[in-house]
Amino acid sequence: MIDQLFAWVDNRLAISRGGRHLLNKIFPDHWSFMIGEIALYSFIVLVATGVFLTLYFVPSQHDVIYHGVYTPLIGQHVSEAFESTVNLSFQVRTGLLMRQMHHWSANIFVGSIVVHMLRVFFTGAFRRPREINWLVGSTLLILAIFNGFLGYSLPDDLISGTGIRIAFSILESIPLVGSYLATLLFGGNFPGNGLIIPRFFIIHVLIIPLAIFALLGAHLGMLVRHKHTQFKGRGAREDNVVGTPMWPGFIAKTTGFLFLISGVTALLGAFVQINPIWLYGQYVPYKVSYAVQPDWYMGWLDGALRVMPSWELHLPGHMIPNAFFPAILLPGITFNVLMVWPWIEAKLTGDRAEHHLLDRPRDRPVRTAFGAATFAFYFVLFGASATDVLANYLSLSLNFVLAAFRVLCIVVPLITFPVTYKICKELQGAPGSGKRKRFNVVVRSPEGGYLAVPIAEYPGYVRPELEPVDVDNVELVPSAADHNGATEGVFEIPRDYR
Amino acid sequence: MSDHQDQPGNGNGAVVSLDSPQFQVAARHPRRMEKTVALTFLLAVAAFAGFGAAFWQDASNFWLGTSLGLGMAFFGVGFVAWGKYLMPQGPFEEYRAPMAVSEKQREDLVSDFASRGKVAVERRGFLVMVMGAAGAVFAVVAAFPLIRSLGPLPKHTFYVTKWRKGSYVTTADGRRVHQDDIAVGGIATVFPEDDIGGAISQTVLIHLQASGDIVTMPGREKWGPAGYLAFSKVCTHAGCPVGLYEQLTEQLLCPCHQSLFVLRKGALPIFGPAPRPLPQLPLYVDTDGYLRAQSGYDEPVGPGFWERGGTT
Repeated sequence: MIDQLFAWVDNRLAISRGGRHLLNKIFPDHWSFMIGEIALYSFIVLVATGVFLTLYFVPSQHDVIYHGVYTPLIGQHVSEAFESTVNLSFQVRTGLLMRQMHHWSANIFVGSIVVHMLRVFFTGAFRRPREINWLVGSTLLILAIFNGFLGYSLPDDLISGTGIRIAFSILESIPLVGSYLATLLFGGNFPGNGLIIPRFFIIHVLIIPLAIFALLGAHLGMLVRHKHTQFKGRGAREDNVVGTPMWPGFIAKTTGFLFLISGVTALLGAFVQINPIWLYGQYVPYKVSYAVQPDWYMGWLDGALRVMPSWELHLPGHMIPNAFFPAILLPGITFNVLMVWPWIEAKLTGDRAEHHLLDRPRDRPVRTAFGAATFAFYFVLFGASATDVLANYLSLSLNFVLAAFRVLCIVVPLITFPVTYKICKELQGAPGSGKRKRFNVVVRSPEGGYLAVPIAEYPGYVRPELEPVDVDNVELVPSAADHNGATEGVFEIPRDYR
Repeated sequence: MSDHQDQPGNGNGAVVSLDSPQFQVAARHPRRMEKTVALTFLLAVAAFAGFGAAFWQDASNFWLGTSLGLGMAFFGVGFVAWGKYLMPQGPFEEYRAPMAVSEKQREDLVSDFASRGKVAVERRGFLVMVMGAAGAVFAVVAAFPLIRSLGPLPKHTFYVTKWRKGSYVTTADGRRVHQDDIAVGGIATVFPEDDIGGAISQTVLIHLQASGDIVTMPGREKWGPAGYLAFSKVCTHAGCPVGLYEQLTEQLLCPCHQSLFVLRKGALPIFGPAPRPLPQLPLYVDTDGYLRAQSGYDEPVGPGFWERGGTT
């Protein structure tokens, strides 16, 4: 029955022609390759829970009186966006769970993209021929951050509304076109005519997700076209990929991973409250809350706004406002340097060859040190977004904490670079570095003394996976011709294994 | 794809022995592992059923999330264990051709493109020009609805608030502020009567001392009558409401990025990123004792923008 159905479809779509390539696609087994999968699967969780939320959320700033089940708010003026968010949390079954899962997976989504990007950076996976995919990936990161901010803004609560106000000021600060951009987007001077939540909504649920879908398709398409990078060892060479084939090993593991990530997100949604907007209340332009921090991926921007000295550039008849430097110029430089990095590095090293084998970070000490120092800079800025909370928590003066962060964001990267460089060099020199350490077992000698013995030398106990294993590669069957007629270099994993 | 390689004896490579180590499963005790995987799937069944029951009973978020999360986690662990321990452990290998294309392949494509393109546009220069004109006009005109319809131009909206000469100082609930209304040390957010709650007109009113004019700087001798001062509540840094008042030091603090403004110095920023003082609203006390504005603000309120000019 299934055979017949498949034959029917196959005769119309010719899936068998070329489909085997996909079944045979090899995925390297290194754990660091799973970080990108976390991003992919948290995006799936985002879409699934997000579709649920759109069924109940009302993207409107129309003023209503709250009459729901949450008693502290009853009788208060709120917007329909705020009211519907509270109602879908308290009056729709699984609504709160879906909302919290959505918010958690948004944080995980951006986080895993950043870690994935760091992995790609530090191992040199962005080098030729993968520069285009690096650009696509960087764009995905920018889109993810933007969409996170937009989604966070939708409930129209006091904290996110303040974020929208800051976003308006940042837009406004752009030279030449800033005031036009801001009034066009908001439909007038702040707070606009009740247009911004509906506009953010359609950008958040349609425009940016469409772009993400398209770029994700391109990202994965190029991954199939290029085939995976891989670390040296285990028989890995520039002209092959060693690992687990798509079917069945990888499919089983990755499907499991999808459910594991969804499961963890659901458990976070059950145990860890996130963004309880009913405690913050409706956004009112003249009210503000204390200890306001954005979601983590906006932290570096908020921190930059805080540590920026109070400078403005005054020109005859014009000005470049303070917010422009930390909130437009800094991200502009950040993402531009990020995107052109593959070309910067090729220029610096003169290395323009194709690379499919990954670098160990220590083998590229300059790149690693540069990456670590840059990351340290943004990490300090991230910390600076909590100056007020830290001052309170550590009982220090706010002035001291801010001054400290202004110094730290320059000093920490300057220290990180040479320290990382030195560590890389030391690791390179250490014999046997990078190999797994054997576990020690404490044994008692007949005389009563105690000895720590590496596990492999412990009598009668050998952990074979700790021993270097010679790889006996599968003899591949050269394929006579693929569907394009190219025969050179096309190999197949034999079909008839269990 | 051709099926040639499936026919034995076509001379293309050897048949791989299925006894080779990479075709063995990774589990040392496959039967035991099979039972473990089965158990995790059964636990998933139980947890998913629990989710159904929790939904049916309208249980709390805690039970819904716990049952769903555990269900998916068990389901996932089962799959991962199955894939990791009960399938050929590999490693397997796949050949990779360099991405670089031969000059010949590229030349073939380029010459096809060029020769056919030449046929299409040769001696059609006029057509190409007119087509280009249509496309260019379309691109320009398409921007009108896409961009210009979005909102009004800023015009003077960044320069003015609703404060006018004689505007009553009014609280958020619509009451006019009398000079006896606010105790010394007190603070209120106030608006002009026709813009209660306005995001741009919002102003912070502070009663600093019992009586007397407060002079924040030369030229503002009569701006702070009866011990009152009024400043725009929109921060000159990023536009947040400057909402925290430190009574002891007579300073205003913006909770967003911690800029600190000294009231008696005309809200001069002494700490944090704010580049300019908060604009001061000139007040007077009318014959009935109500606080009113002498005029609107004498400069744009809020954060900077390109057209704002170079004055501080």
